[in-house]
Amino acid sequence: MSEVVLRFTDVCRTYRSGDTDVQALDGVSFEVEAGELVAVMGPSGSGKSTLLALAGGLDTPTRGAVEVSGVDLDGLDAAGLARLRRDRIGYVFQDLNLVTDLTAAENVALPRELAGLSARAARREAITALTRVGLGDLAQRFPDQLSGGQQQRVAIARALIGERRLLLADEPTGALDSQTGEAVLSVLRAQVEAGAAGVLVTHEPRYAGWADRTIFLRDGRLVDSTGPRRTPEQLLGGRA
Amino acid sequence: MQRNAVRWGLLALFADGPKYGYQLRTEFDARTGGTWALNVGQLYTTLERLDRDGLVEAVGTNDEGRTIYAITDRGRTALAEWFATPVTDTERPRSELAIKLGMAAATAGVDVAAVVQAQRTESMRQMRDLTDLRRRADQQDDLAWLLLLDHLVFGLESEIRWLDHVEATVLRRRTRRPGPTPAGTRAAGQTSGTPAAGEPDATEAVR
Repeated sequence: MSEVVLRFTDVCRTYRSGDTDVQALDGVSFEVEAGELVAVMGPSGSGKSTLLALAGGLDTPTRGAVEVSGVDLDGLDAAGLARLRRDRIGYVFQDLNLVTDLTAAENVALPRELAGLSARAARREAITALTRVGLGDLAQRFPDQLSGGQQQRVAIARALIGERRLLLADEPTGALDSQTGEAVLSVLRAQVEAGAAGVLVTHEPRYAGWADRTIFLRDGRLVDSTGPRRTPEQLLGGRA
Repeated sequence: MQRNAVRWGLLALFADGPKYGYQLRTEFDARTGGTWALNVGQLYTTLERLDRDGLVEAVGTNDEGRTIYAITDRGRTALAEWFATPVTDTERPRSELAIKLGMAAATAGVDVAAVVQAQRTESMRQMRDLTDLRRRADQQDDLAWLLLLDHLVFGLESEIRWLDHVEATVLRRRTRRPGPTPAGTRAAGQTSGTPAAGEPDATEAVR
């Protein structure tokens, strides 16, 4: 049994909107183990983004518990939460948030420098991370000198740098063409196979297919989850 | 239709040289990743027909005494025509899934959303398993097998999109009151995926 990196236990999140309460998540429980990539699918407004924000400690549940590597996020003070977010959790969001005045390498090194690493050591890690996503040669380019797919990979390199145990990706393939989208998934997948846990929010079935498991949200509730793998014979014998 | 696919698939295997019967089975298996269980009887019957129709001919035997066949000029012309002719898939409207969901939508008391979700989960499960195989095929550089898997992946992708469409269409129609009203229109908008009011966008909250 692998280590559980992310655990949701009966998580609810309610927002106040005018005079009414909106139940964004309603009693959601699931786990993601180290070495596992879980896709989250569901229509807009089903709670996918809320789920990811809670997993990353960017939001707090109204009820229930969110644990990362066995630590209940509710028990952390602001500084502890900030440290966990900075050191243990990698975020890849559709909105890349690259700093336009910094090179690719400087963008990637930023979280490590903020974590107290020397500029030199942070830069060395950044180059390694960029090389891992196939951008070692473009480390000195500024974001506006890179294509959309390359910028996306810089954002992924930044999410992967350091000892990130939990990777959270919200539509990381965005508007990328399918080849580049697959390259992005391939990097994410490799990181998970190296021992991280990943959560991938996507509306693209083809990209969700890269996950070990897909969970489905509807109206804030977890309604279903894909079952265990079949052998190729079971899979293709049934379709042929 | 299926018989034709096997016939042409086997003929295509002769394009790169003469072969004996069992060799065809192995190669057919390799190129289709074993998705098409071709039995020996079917193989030899098809081969006899190709021979009868003058598309292949016996050109001798190998050391083990097996008859070796080669494609004829007529066979090459027919094969080129097959490659140039689009497939008209006559089996398409007979899909059990299309019939099941059509019936579910038209039958009172059936929870169409549940039927759709059960299928969506199963389709995503297949998508994951196929993607696993596809990643492996990609590493092995096995082109025919890779493209066949892509075919299945793209088919599943369109199936899942169609399931979303079915669900949205049925919900819209079921929430519609007799004579379309503004209220009915709003209900339809909600069911087809308007974001919940007040839900924060995580992309704004990074760092």
